[in-house]
Amino acid sequence: MTGVPMVLAEKVSKNFGTNKVLRGISLEVARGQVLCIVGPSGSGKSTFLRCINHLERVDGGRLSIDGELVGYRQKGGKLYELKLSEAAFQRREIGMVFQRFNLFPHLTAMENITLAPIRVKGLSKAKATARAKELLERVGLGDKGDAYPAHLSGGQQQRVAIARALAMDPKLMLFDEPTSALDPELVGEVLEVMKELARSGMTMVVVTHEMGFAREVADTLVFMDEGVVVEAGPPREVLSNPRHQRTQEFLSKVL
Amino acid sequence: MSRAESDGMIEAEHGRGPRSGSGSGLAAGDAPPETIVAIPLRHPWRILIAIVLVLGLAVFVLDAAQRPDYGWPEVGKYIFDRRISQAAWVTLSLTIYSMIGAIVIGLVLAIMRLSPNPVLKNIAWLYIWIFRGTPVYVQLVFWGLVSLIYPVFTLGIPFMDPWVTIPNGIFTNLFITAVIGLGLNEAAYMSEIVRAGLLSVDRGQEEAATALALSWGQTMRFVVVPQAMKIIIPPTGNEVISMLKTTSLVAAIPLSIDLYGVSRGISAVTFTPVPLLIVASLWYLLFTSVLMVGQHFIEKRFSRGTGRADLGRRSPTSDTAQAAGPAAAPGAVLPGEPGAPLGNDFGGKG
Repeated sequence: MTGVPMVLAEKVSKNFGTNKVLRGISLEVARGQVLCIVGPSGSGKSTFLRCINHLERVDGGRLSIDGELVGYRQKGGKLYELKLSEAAFQRREIGMVFQRFNLFPHLTAMENITLAPIRVKGLSKAKATARAKELLERVGLGDKGDAYPAHLSGGQQQRVAIARALAMDPKLMLFDEPTSALDPELVGEVLEVMKELARSGMTMVVVTHEMGFAREVADTLVFMDEGVVVEAGPPREVLSNPRHQRTQEFLSKVL
Repeated sequence: MSRAESDGMIEAEHGRGPRSGSGSGLAAGDAPPETIVAIPLRHPWRILIAIVLVLGLAVFVLDAAQRPDYGWPEVGKYIFDRRISQAAWVTLSLTIYSMIGAIVIGLVLAIMRLSPNPVLKNIAWLYIWIFRGTPVYVQLVFWGLVSLIYPVFTLGIPFMDPWVTIPNGIFTNLFITAVIGLGLNEAAYMSEIVRAGLLSVDRGQEEAATALALSWGQTMRFVVVPQAMKIIIPPTGNEVISMLKTTSLVAAIPLSIDLYGVSRGISAVTFTPVPLLIVASLWYLLFTSVLMVGQHFIEKRFSRGTGRADLGRRSPTSDTAQAAGPAAAPGAVLPGEPGAPLGNDFGGKG
């Protein structure tokens, strides 16, 4: 274990035009830790998550992954924007899972998983397929490799999406409300996979509305509202003894 | 609308059909629910109009068969004439080459227009503005004159003696000129079709690919373009069919070795224009029919993974149709081919 945190955000800010979405987010995620972010919609949780792998450009503050600045290079006291290819290189080790799965509908589950390892990492098809089989087993879908996304349930699709992200052997996994688009009875199977992943020591940042999951799995729970971190701490503490009024109000509605 | 009528409005009528004996309205515990036995909605006006039209057509055909101006023996004589079949081959080649060029240039233009680079974006816009904004006939006349405007190609510093001088061999070949003229014009239309296809792909797809560290080019190639294809294919099929017919305008260059040009050439000698127009039309129809069949199969291939391909197969009315026996309304059969659901028809150009 090195001392460098996996995610280090210092006063990160982001504007969409005049709309200040993030107004100085500071937080830290150590290697192997799970951070859960909760908060009302429009609070900037998803935007912050998307900043971490540079799907959105950070406007202010510093955001670094494993000691490396996201989206910029610092040289002689000046910041230089990274080229697209350099930004892509940074993303290789960050997996992301989306609310609406975003599986590629024209590819089978297997092809969805092997696309990036083959095209980005240059793995042979045989190697990538073998690895994908392992991952499908791991998410409990060993027999679904040949299925197209349209023929899978929402929960199965999201598990394939998790396997797809894992296929790049990420050191950090980002989850953007992974269960929000699922029917209630399918939520459990996805959370189960995520719990297993957390137990295996994966560093994870999870934007979620699943308080039970956050309580059980998270090392740190962050409550965000209006682009700022209102409260952060061990989940049991934040959930049972929220100190701020806004946290109390939010939790009274969702718990 | 016709399908909705015949599906939705099932006129229940008891006492007819095989199950008339069983009492209705008895919700007996484990008995399966009674199948609705109904007389399907009748459409007397459709039948009447169809009969009138068929009769009208029959009259026209019988009349045309006897009219000497149609010159049916001439049609028979020239339909498999070597000159005609060779010209048909020229027309087909013109179509294929110019469409290949148009699709490639159109794809490049569409990607340029969607690129974040303002220089590329504006070049593409200018190209489309010019080539879509002027008639294809006028463009073809212009391309025919290029060899006069630029008799030689030169390389060197402007307004100085050129270093290299190459005679204009491209635009003195009228076939190549025709392919260039048709292809460049069509590219403007193709780029709009491709652009619509690319824009139809959900943004989340691009994001997911980006998050997997695929480059922009890889994202386009492996994720966006394959999905855009099912939007692009149907209108492209229309464009191919349209191009096949537009090739007859190469007379403007003037190139006269295509199907229409040769037909006109023969009729100018024999003074039988109508039979040769019929001959040319039959060949055009043959090609467009073959293209339509090809389009159908390509569409099926690219709707893979969407579940769309299965939808067309299933007949939602088959249950009721069976229950009603052979009296099922003719309007309630298969909805037919999905056709070109989102096809942008840019017809009527030129």
